Amino acid sequence: MFKHSVLFQLIQNDKAGRWLLALLVVMGVVVPFCNMVIPEGSFLHIPTYVVTLLGKYLCFALLALALDLVWGYCGILSLGHGAFFALGGYAMGMYLMRQIGDRGMYGNPDLPDFMVFLNWDSLPWYWLGFDNFGFAMLMVMLVPGLLAFLFGWLAFRSRVTGVYLSIITQALTYALMQAFFLNDFGFGGNNGLTDFKDILGFDIQADGTRVSLFIATVLVLIGAYVLCRFITVSKFGRVLVAIRDSESRARFLGYRVEHYKLLVWVLSAVLAGIAGALFVPQVGIINPGQLHPINSIEIVIWVALGGRGTLYGAIVGAVVVNYAKTYFTGAFPEIWLFLLGGLFVLSTTVLPKGLVGLVADIKQRRLEKRMTGTGTEEAKA
Amino acid sequence: MTTALSQHKVESILYLNGVNKSFDGFKAINNLALDIAPGELRAIIGPNGAGKSTMMDIITGKTKPDSGEVRFKDYIDLTKHDEADIANLGIGRKFQKPTVIESLTIWQNLDLALAGGRGIWQAMFATLSGEQKARIEQVLDMIGLYEKRAELAVNLSHGQKQWLEIGMLFIQEPEVLLVDEPAGGMTDVETMETARLLKDISQNHSVIVVEHDMEFVRALESKVTVLHEGSVIAEGSLDQVSAQERVIEVYLGR
Repeated sequence: MFKHSVLFQLIQNDKAGRWLLALLVVMGVVVPFCNMVIPEGSFLHIPTYVVTLLGKYLCFALLALALDLVWGYCGILSLGHGAFFALGGYAMGMYLMRQIGDRGMYGNPDLPDFMVFLNWDSLPWYWLGFDNFGFAMLMVMLVPGLLAFLFGWLAFRSRVTGVYLSIITQALTYALMQAFFLNDFGFGGNNGLTDFKDILGFDIQADGTRVSLFIATVLVLIGAYVLCRFITVSKFGRVLVAIRDSESRARFLGYRVEHYKLLVWVLSAVLAGIAGALFVPQVGIINPGQLHPINSIEIVIWVALGGRGTLYGAIVGAVVVNYAKTYFTGAFPEIWLFLLGGLFVLSTTVLPKGLVGLVADIKQRRLEKRMTGTGTEEAKA
Repeated sequence: MTTALSQHKVESILYLNGVNKSFDGFKAINNLALDIAPGELRAIIGPNGAGKSTMMDIITGKTKPDSGEVRFKDYIDLTKHDEADIANLGIGRKFQKPTVIESLTIWQNLDLALAGGRGIWQAMFATLSGEQKARIEQVLDMIGLYEKRAELAVNLSHGQKQWLEIGMLFIQEPEVLLVDEPAGGMTDVETMETARLLKDISQNHSVIVVEHDMEFVRALESKVTVLHEGSVIAEGSLDQVSAQERVIEVYLGR
C-alpha cells in the first residue's frame, strides 16, 4: 500500500531528504518532550528559550526552502524574499495586535496602542477582519502571493531576467521598508508591531504555546518540503530546470516560460509569507528592519552555503548559518558581518555546490577510491 | 501531420515576402522572399552576416520584422505570434550552438520535447504512457544515443549534443524543422550521418537547413537558396547556383 503512495515515490530517490524528514520528525517529538516532560535542572531538559530559538531557525529554513525553489531550480535570484517573509509576518502581527484588545497601555479596546498614540479615531479599513484568525491566515498567504503575482506578471512578461531582475527585487523590499517606516502607513512605523499577549486565546509567553508553535513550524516545514519535492521531481520541475539552463530553448520547445516562472514565484512568495507568520509569534515582534535588503541577501547566503538546487541544502544552510550567527553575535559581536561576508566568498569560490555538495563530493571520491581499489584486484585476478 | 497537410491543400508551408529588418540602421534582412513547399527539404547558404540567423529568428517569432509577410501554411500570420505559440503551431528550431538542457538526462531532454501538453498543470501531474516511452526509445535509437539515455546531457560530445537537439526537434513533431548549422563541429563521418538523418526526416516533414559546409549541402541533394546581405541572390540546385557569377563573387569575395 505504502509503496504506491505519492509520498513514498517522492522520497524514494531522495536519501538526504529522507534523513532530513526523519530528523525533523524526531525533533518535533523529542524537543517538546525534553522541554515539557523532563524536569528543569535535569541534564536532558531543553529550556523554552532554546525551543523558541530552534523554532526561529526552522522558520528561516522554510524561507530558505522557498528561495531555493525559485533560485536553485528556476534561476531567479531574488534579493527581495525578505519582503514576502515580512508581509506574512505583518499579517500575523496584525492578528496578534487585535488579540491584545483593551490590555494595551492606553486600554483602548478598539485601537492598537500606536494608533491611539497617533490620535487616530478609528481603525483603518485595511485592519478590518484581522480579529479573525482564519482571515488573518488567509492574508498571510494572499498578500505576499498577490504582490508576487503582480511583480512577476510585469517582470516575466517583459522578460526581465538575471541581474536586472535581482536588482528590482532588491528595490521592492527597500521601497516596502521605507513605506513601513512611515507612521502614517498604519503598521506601527519604526517600532512595528509588538507587545503581543495571546494567540488563539493562549498566552503567547506560556511554555505550552511556545512548544505548540515549534511543533507547528516543524509540521509546516515538513509539508513544504514534500510539496517542493513534488514540484521539482514532476515534469513541471524539469521545465523549470530547462528555463534555468536555457530559457530560449524552453520557449522554442513551446513552453510558456512566463507562466512557469509566475507560478513558482508566487508559490515561493506564499511559502516565505507562511515562514514570516510562524516567525512573528515566536520572536514576539515584526518591524521594518525585517524588510532591510541585507536580510534578503542573508537568505541567499544560507541557500548558497547549504547548496542550492537540492531543497535540503537550503534547510541545512539556514540552520547552520543562523546557529553560527547566534553563537558569534553573542561571543564576538563585532566580527559577525565580516564572517558572513567571508562565508559568502567561501561558498562562491570554494564551495560552489555548498555544504551538501561538499559532502556528496567526498562520498563520491571515497566510492571511486574503493572502485579503483577493487578494479586493480580484479585486474590481478 | 500528413492529415493536416491534406486538409487545407497547403501551397506553401512557409511563405516570406518583402520582409525587412534593420538593427540600428544595419539592414540585416532586405526585401527577403522565400517560398517553401510542403514536404520540401531546402538548404540555405550564404556568407557570414547574410541574414540567415535573423531569418530564422523572424520565422520563429524571436524577432519581429519591420515590414513584410511571414506566413505558415498560407493562412497563419507568424508575425502575430511569439516563440512558444509558433513552436506549438508546428515549427521547430535547432540553434546554431547546440542547445540542450545540460543538467537533465538525455531521456529527460526528449521527454520535455515530446509532443503534447505544454500547460503548467499538465506538467505538474504528467506521467508517460507506454506509447510515449516507446516513442522516446525510438528517437533514442534514431539519434544513436540509446545507450547513453540515463546520462546527463552535459557529458555528451559536441556532435552528440547536435544529434540530441535534432532528436528533440523531431520528437516535438513539428511540420517544419528549421535547422541551423547541424554539422558544426562534427567529424566528416558524423557530418554525413547527419545529412542522412535529415534526409530521412524530410521524408515526411518540411526541413530548412542553414549550413556552411558545402559537402554537407551536396549530400542533402536538395534545392539551395543563396542569401547575401539579407536577400536571396540565387536559387536552384547546388550545381546551378554555384555556376552563377554573382554567387561565386559573394563566396570568393572578389
